[in-house]
Amino acid sequence: MQSLAAVPATRLPPGAIAARALRSVEFRREREATWRELEDLIAAADRRGLRTLGAEQLARLPHLYRAALSSLSVARSISLDLALVEYLESLVGRAYFVVYGTRQHLRRQIAEFFGWKLPATVRAARWHILAAAIVTLAAAIAAFQLTSADLDYYYAFAGSMAQGRTPASSAAELRDGLYHTESASGALTTFAASLFSHNARIGILAFATGFVAGLPTLLLLFYNGLVLGAFAALYHVRGLGLDVWAWMLPHGVTELTAVVLCGAAGLLLAQALVFPGARTRIDSLREQGRAAAVIVVGAVGMLFIAGLIEGVFRQTVTSVPVRLAVAAATAAGWIYYFGFVGRGRVRRDAATEVAR
Amino acid sequence: MRPVVSALRINDNAQLVREIVTPEGIPVRFTLARAGDRAAGFAIDLVIQIALLVVIGLGLRSAVGDTGTWLTAAIVLLAFALQNFYFALFEIRWQGATPGKRAIGIRVIDARGGQLETSAVLARNLIRELEVWIPLRLLFLGGIVWPDAPGWARLVAAAWAFVFLFMPAFNKDRLRIGDMIAGTRVVMQPKLVLVPDLVDETAAAAAALRRAAPGATASAAAAYSFNDAQLSIYGIYELQVLEGVLRINPGDLSHLEVLRTVSDKVRAKIRYEPAVLDHERFLREFYTAQRTHLEQKLLFGQRRQDKFSR
Repeated sequence: MQSLAAVPATRLPPGAIAARALRSVEFRREREATWRELEDLIAAADRRGLRTLGAEQLARLPHLYRAALSSLSVARSISLDLALVEYLESLVGRAYFVVYGTRQHLRRQIAEFFGWKLPATVRAARWHILAAAIVTLAAAIAAFQLTSADLDYYYAFAGSMAQGRTPASSAAELRDGLYHTESASGALTTFAASLFSHNARIGILAFATGFVAGLPTLLLLFYNGLVLGAFAALYHVRGLGLDVWAWMLPHGVTELTAVVLCGAAGLLLAQALVFPGARTRIDSLREQGRAAAVIVVGAVGMLFIAGLIEGVFRQTVTSVPVRLAVAAATAAGWIYYFGFVGRGRVRRDAATEVAR
Repeated sequence: MRPVVSALRINDNAQLVREIVTPEGIPVRFTLARAGDRAAGFAIDLVIQIALLVVIGLGLRSAVGDTGTWLTAAIVLLAFALQNFYFALFEIRWQGATPGKRAIGIRVIDARGGQLETSAVLARNLIRELEVWIPLRLLFLGGIVWPDAPGWARLVAAAWAFVFLFMPAFNKDRLRIGDMIAGTRVVMQPKLVLVPDLVDETAAAAAALRRAAPGATASAAAAYSFNDAQLSIYGIYELQVLEGVLRINPGDLSHLEVLRTVSDKVRAKIRYEPAVLDHERFLREFYTAQRTHLEQKLLFGQRRQDKFSR
């Protein structure tokens, strides 16, 4: 029995085919070369990265991609060759990854992120940030009042964070703690690094637990406020009020803002989940989730800066006015950054949106 | 009859196929990655992360010398950066793939078919703290985090860990919480195989036969012919099943058996009287004739889906 499949089949001159050549066969013969070209480009981009493609190849990619898309829709309407339609489907899918995957260079992405996206997203979330700040502040004030009246509350609010700074310590010991300096090469660097990664992890957690309806987020914020208030009260009672703020604020401004931002991100998520409004839950999560992630990444950056201030600056500078001046400078810096950076870009975007 | 049955499965995992509409307005189908593939990809990435940590840590130690604290600080920072930004960085730079995903052949795409945004990549990966790292810590380091935890706390922790770790297995879109929040999907990277067109192949084979035996043109070239009535019985579905049967790797005996069975069925159905010696050849020519017939109908807007449609 002869097997026809064993006979080599491809690359015949068109005339060799029977008179009633199929349109779908014709169609494939005309376009196959461009599909193969696209296939090669995709393979190169996958193997060595998009950036290794030459300028000419890069310019050709979207053109070939659109050609493949049009081939796919033609094939769907005229060809009954399942293998062909499935091949085109795969080809378009693979090309889609390359064309619509994240595209820009990493450096440009980072510049864009910090130059516009982060401050703009933070501005858009101002009400959530306000809510997170109020929760923290309310807890801090309550803890401050209670601890000022009765120092035993300190153990309840800040017990685990005390690190030897307890009501049992004398004013002199507490004072030493505030002005104690160490050489920067000591155990301090490790301490600062662990502190940063610990804080950042808590921040990310405050965001992520927004997915559990935001209750843990609120608790984290509240607890953070309690520790802060109790801690400040302890020093105030001992007459070290100004000193403790000068000790805390240089890094605290940045750190507390970052924690509040993470909390706000968690609240964004929680709101999208619990009160999706007119949209479906999935839609509102998708939008708010992305915004929240942008805020959290910004906050992690801030916590890193706070860690640097805490680990290096505070341990080498002990003058109260200088410490307060630095605190004021960081506050002004963040207000400027989140309040004003990238505003022009937003307006330009709105204008082009309208022009379209 | 088992081989025929397997050839019938044109789309073997139809419930995992999702259609997304590209910005050009053309729907393209992707197959969602299975939970097992994703877990395997994650495991590979985890191993790479740990290896990176160990290698860079040892490298730093040999470069800077064993000066304790700086080294510890650097490793703490590195561990944090790897844990939280390893996935995001790769997915941004490699168009939705990490080394593990690439090895398995899966990718992240935007669920609505748009460009994969940086913020989406960040969102889907930051949430890992909640759904991966905390559960893992609870499961494996629970005793260290909370030494004398009561039984109920361990139970709650285990429940938490399982709900989040196995989320993709519980919903029909195989979504991790990160995917829900970011609006992304993880899909299989389709394989690119363009096999020759059966019609082309059959015609070429016939032409080769004609060249080999010029005298026997009449009998060899148009061995089988079909009339319109015979071609109006089957529809597109049957045509494509036949395509599947013909594309099964030829050569082994069971395949010949399958071809004969199919050929017998087809001949009985379309009342084809003449004797058939070469069943494969008969089926190929029937395929060509049937496809030509159906594609011509298609040009006139008549799409006959299967043998049951009128």
